[in-house]
Amino acid sequence: MINLQEVIETNKMIEQENLDVRTITMGINLLDCAGTDLKVTCEKIYKKITTLACNLVQTGEDIAKEFGIPIVNKRISVTPISLVGSACCRTPGDYVQIAKTLDRAAKEVGVNFLGGYSAIVSKGMTKSDELLICSIPKALAATERICSSINVGSTKTGINMDAVRLMGDIIKQTAEETKEKDSLGCAKLVVLCNAPDDNPFMAGAFHGVSEADAIINVGVSGPGVVKYALEQMDEAMNRLSIDSEGSGCSAPLVQVQRRKGEAEGEKHKGGRGLANFELLCETIKRTAFKITRVGQLVAQEASRRLGVPFGIIDLSLAPTPAIGDSVADILKCIGVEHPGAPGTTAALALLNDQVKKGGVMASSYVGGLSGAFIPVSEDQGMIDAVEAGALTIEKLEAMTCVCSVGLDMIAIPGDTPATTIAGIIADESAIGMVNQKTTAVRIIPVVGKTVGDTVQFGGLLGYAPIMPVNTFSSQRFVDRGGRIPAPIHSFKN
Amino acid sequence: MTRAIITVVGKDTVGIIAKVCTYLADNQINILDISQTIVQEFFNMMMIVDLTKSVKAFDQLSDELVKIGNDTGVQVKCQLEDIFDKMHRI
Repeated sequence: MINLQEVIETNKMIEQENLDVRTITMGINLLDCAGTDLKVTCEKIYKKITTLACNLVQTGEDIAKEFGIPIVNKRISVTPISLVGSACCRTPGDYVQIAKTLDRAAKEVGVNFLGGYSAIVSKGMTKSDELLICSIPKALAATERICSSINVGSTKTGINMDAVRLMGDIIKQTAEETKEKDSLGCAKLVVLCNAPDDNPFMAGAFHGVSEADAIINVGVSGPGVVKYALEQMDEAMNRLSIDSEGSGCSAPLVQVQRRKGEAEGEKHKGGRGLANFELLCETIKRTAFKITRVGQLVAQEASRRLGVPFGIIDLSLAPTPAIGDSVADILKCIGVEHPGAPGTTAALALLNDQVKKGGVMASSYVGGLSGAFIPVSEDQGMIDAVEAGALTIEKLEAMTCVCSVGLDMIAIPGDTPATTIAGIIADESAIGMVNQKTTAVRIIPVVGKTVGDTVQFGGLLGYAPIMPVNTFSSQRFVDRGGRIPAPIHSFKN
Repeated sequence: MTRAIITVVGKDTVGIIAKVCTYLADNQINILDISQTIVQEFFNMMMIVDLTKSVKAFDQLSDELVKIGNDTGVQVKCQLEDIFDKMHRI
């Protein structure tokens, strides 16, 4: 039977360390809504979403109350709209009509974001893909809750550089269209390489064509819990090195060591009275296991109550601007003064790996992005690192080689050329393509602002200092057009 | 059997357990286990209860227990047991 210490531990994670389930995302297939008449297609889309997801928000709230765990977001992802609208959309304006329909449906069912205003163009663009991409600036300006994502490359196909070049312009235009709101539209637009079909996190969520008609995917979180566990670990190890009798610290691993005697504790003692990497990794793994089990429970309950099959758990450490709910703080606990200091990439690599190792055993199906997110504006520790001069875009790029996703929620000067943005997208895509992982670019060229300014997005999106971008030109590179071929190690057949 | 965990956290005062237990008895909720401890000067109590014969729905029980807590100046929470079971048992 469950004991009091376990109950206290769980409730402390929830109440003091910001443990929550970040999102329940319902994936909905809209291919059966496609037709040649725009009005009819829009009506079908609205009806299908509002029918399938009518109880999503209430179910999420019921589960949160019964288990006592906050479920922060209830969201929807849909089939990439470039496919759904291909038969009925003749102009970018037609796609904007679908975006407005989706926005209306999202508001009707009460979800805060709906993802899937997307196109998969990793090898080539159809006419409808191109129309959808061209409609993005107006669509994001005319809607509140729609998120857009474009997949421009994959390990199997290489990188579609025509799409990369186009997205440089589209990001600039989106910034311009939403300049009254500090170019907020760009915070809802992400360019991906190797985009997963079952990602529950925005802005990159869409319901891939490999999925069932409807599915429940859940994104867990909990950077605050991992940070607290590491603090407890070092504190206990420090006390152990001063007093072998111990001091009643609650870190479970250290308690075990204490029972086994000082000799066991000595085994994990590293330099300066700190825990060594073995104990560090074990602590992260155990914590990730516990966090993920909660996600699995919520996903199964939501699936059962909604009568929609369970898809996957996304094991991501997703930070929020709340104090203590920060991936940057975990990196600092591991031992770097600020994210960006030498050692950061290695620290992030081990964090990402241990989160996966702990989480995989806790869930029957793992998918999505699964790793640590390193957005700048959504993580107070990252913001502090940028303001302290420790963290640059180049270092963030290196960090994206070893964690899930990529350059995320980074505000850059509004006068950054579209070709430079395309160059940044190409670099990130290359990292994803070669390393067979998902990478993404969600950057915001804030119109009218430059280095030294800050920008407020509000809510979960937080605020960000404008970061400097390398000013040397990438124009000749991105203007070449065509495709970068798939890497040699993708030919596994 | 539907089991829930009721936790009470706060400054120790006379009659906390009595109030919660009376409420549970009035609603046909059986207490399976009780334990308590003091953590950082705060009274921590946990009950494992069986909701099978409860005359009220979980939602209402949870709200009314929170209210009893607020009236007494302590925090009362009622959660289904599954969340603890999943987190701490393989």
